[in-house]
Amino acid sequence: MVNVALPKGRLGEKVYNFFKAAGFECTSIEEPSRKLIFENPEKGVRYFWVKPSDVAIYVERGAADIGVAGKDILLEYSPDVYELLDLNLGKCRMAVAAKADFRDSASKTLRVATKFPNIAEKFYSSKSRDIDIIKLNGSIEIAPILGLSDVIVDIVETGTTLKENDLEVVETIVPISARLIANKSGYKFKNEEILAITEGLAKQLEMSK
Amino acid sequence: MLTNDKIIRSDEKAIFELRDLYSRYGYNRYKMSRFEEYDLYVRNKDFLVSDEVITFTDRNGRLLALKPDVTLSIIKNSTDSEKHVEKLYYNENVYRVSQSTHNFKEIMQAGLECIGDLSFYEIAEVVLLAAKSLALISKNYVLDISHMGLVSAIMEDINLSDQSRKEALIYLNQKNPHQLTALLESEGVADIKKDKLLSLATLTGTTSDILSNLGALMTTEKEIAAFEELSSLFDILAANGFGDNVRADFSVGNNMRYYSGVVINGYIEGIPESVLSGGQYDRLLRKMKRDSSAIGFAIYLDLLERYDENDKGYDIDTVLLNNDDTDVLTLTEFAEKLSAEGGVLVCREVPKGKRYRRLMKISEGMVTVLEENG
Repeated sequence: MVNVALPKGRLGEKVYNFFKAAGFECTSIEEPSRKLIFENPEKGVRYFWVKPSDVAIYVERGAADIGVAGKDILLEYSPDVYELLDLNLGKCRMAVAAKADFRDSASKTLRVATKFPNIAEKFYSSKSRDIDIIKLNGSIEIAPILGLSDVIVDIVETGTTLKENDLEVVETIVPISARLIANKSGYKFKNEEILAITEGLAKQLEMSK
Repeated sequence: MLTNDKIIRSDEKAIFELRDLYSRYGYNRYKMSRFEEYDLYVRNKDFLVSDEVITFTDRNGRLLALKPDVTLSIIKNSTDSEKHVEKLYYNENVYRVSQSTHNFKEIMQAGLECIGDLSFYEIAEVVLLAAKSLALISKNYVLDISHMGLVSAIMEDINLSDQSRKEALIYLNQKNPHQLTALLESEGVADIKKDKLLSLATLTGTTSDILSNLGALMTTEKEIAAFEELSSLFDILAANGFGDNVRADFSVGNNMRYYSGVVINGYIEGIPESVLSGGQYDRLLRKMKRDSSAIGFAIYLDLLERYDENDKGYDIDTVLLNNDDTDVLTLTEFAEKLSAEGGVLVCREVPKGKRYRRLMKISEGMVTVLEENG
């Protein structure tokens, strides 16, 4: 039985449909219920819904053999897992944004508000830029408006939220999408099963192109 | 020697068995002090799993560190000389920052190092001992083997920039073909060379499939030499009966600054991370201005704590409730008998929060069974 951690929410549903199309369906998951764990012994899969940012933890610690996590989470927490496939779902980008009239002055420490301190830190240290990280947990967009920070580092999907708050993208750090990840030990002992799922998903990807 | 499996935990049992195994192959025990001069670690910081070390000042003002690693001390205490090989094993606590909790942790580590004028025999011996070590812990294990010489030779042929090389190694480590492809394409690497590196991340199947596919792609002298060493190693492992448990896997330990040859990682079913890691680390010795070669591995025994094949699911075999109306001599006789059967806790009331297999009562010299589980 392969344990699969799926991210709860809209992305997770898309991801499940992908697994289903690849031949790993589990009808009980499609019925409305508050259950979190679903099993299809015939196909050898057990799905469970977890908070998207927790998928990598479940997989790294072996509670799930495989899972689907956003590249943002993988970059931020660097879990020790295999990243087997780019599912091309939930596509967006990690970007630096600032007020439309922002002027970057290298003579000052740049104040960066973000939910992703490690990604921001790495990005600016690769440019040898001195920054002050302000870790926030939500509503990042208002930080520059209220003068809390000069810029923000956040996920940008369509850019609508930024526009509505009079912000614009200054620079793209990295493109983001959902990735199929695997526990390193699980990959050894359930190798055939995990490879079958990976190949099934890869075929679906090829077909949807 | 105490060989009672009922009370020896799996990690303790492993320590005894590993020591016995290593000493049977001529490895001597290396005992080190709990702390070392900080200087040793700071100069080789990149080699350490985490760069944070617990330090303190001794009475002479020297800065000391609680040892985060054993290998560096062993290298420091070994000497270079022709045809001489030093074989040592250790079983020590090391102090490191845990990646998950970001706090310092005491980790029980066992391992061995083989340092000196190494021949292929020593390399094969150490890899065989790694496989044997895992087999002692569980029959369900996998030893992944890679060859850093092979990975470096392919990288050299492709001629990537330093930054891209680092990234490529990370992607190899993640078995991440999509980003590796994107990186090689953005660097404009020719298809033939691209396929060679990509194959390291994508080849699956049996070891012989992987090796025959890979062998066909090798072109440069260095690649062929490293590939041949890896192939002969697999032949030796198979001939020694380890063929089903060893696999060629190039996601193993991609640290080109230290590893120079064979690199290994071991997994036990039921433990989510690798329990054994090591390899041939000549590059570390060169960095320490030494001429010798060296190969070794470490086993993280703390990970075995949660893995116990003998766990019966209860804390005490038998709880014997004593009403205080039985004379002590009779009580000691019953206790003696029950302790020999599997263990007993004599007490006046049922212990809280403990699980037992059997609950018994003794009253006026008569024993009755009140409850039996499993």
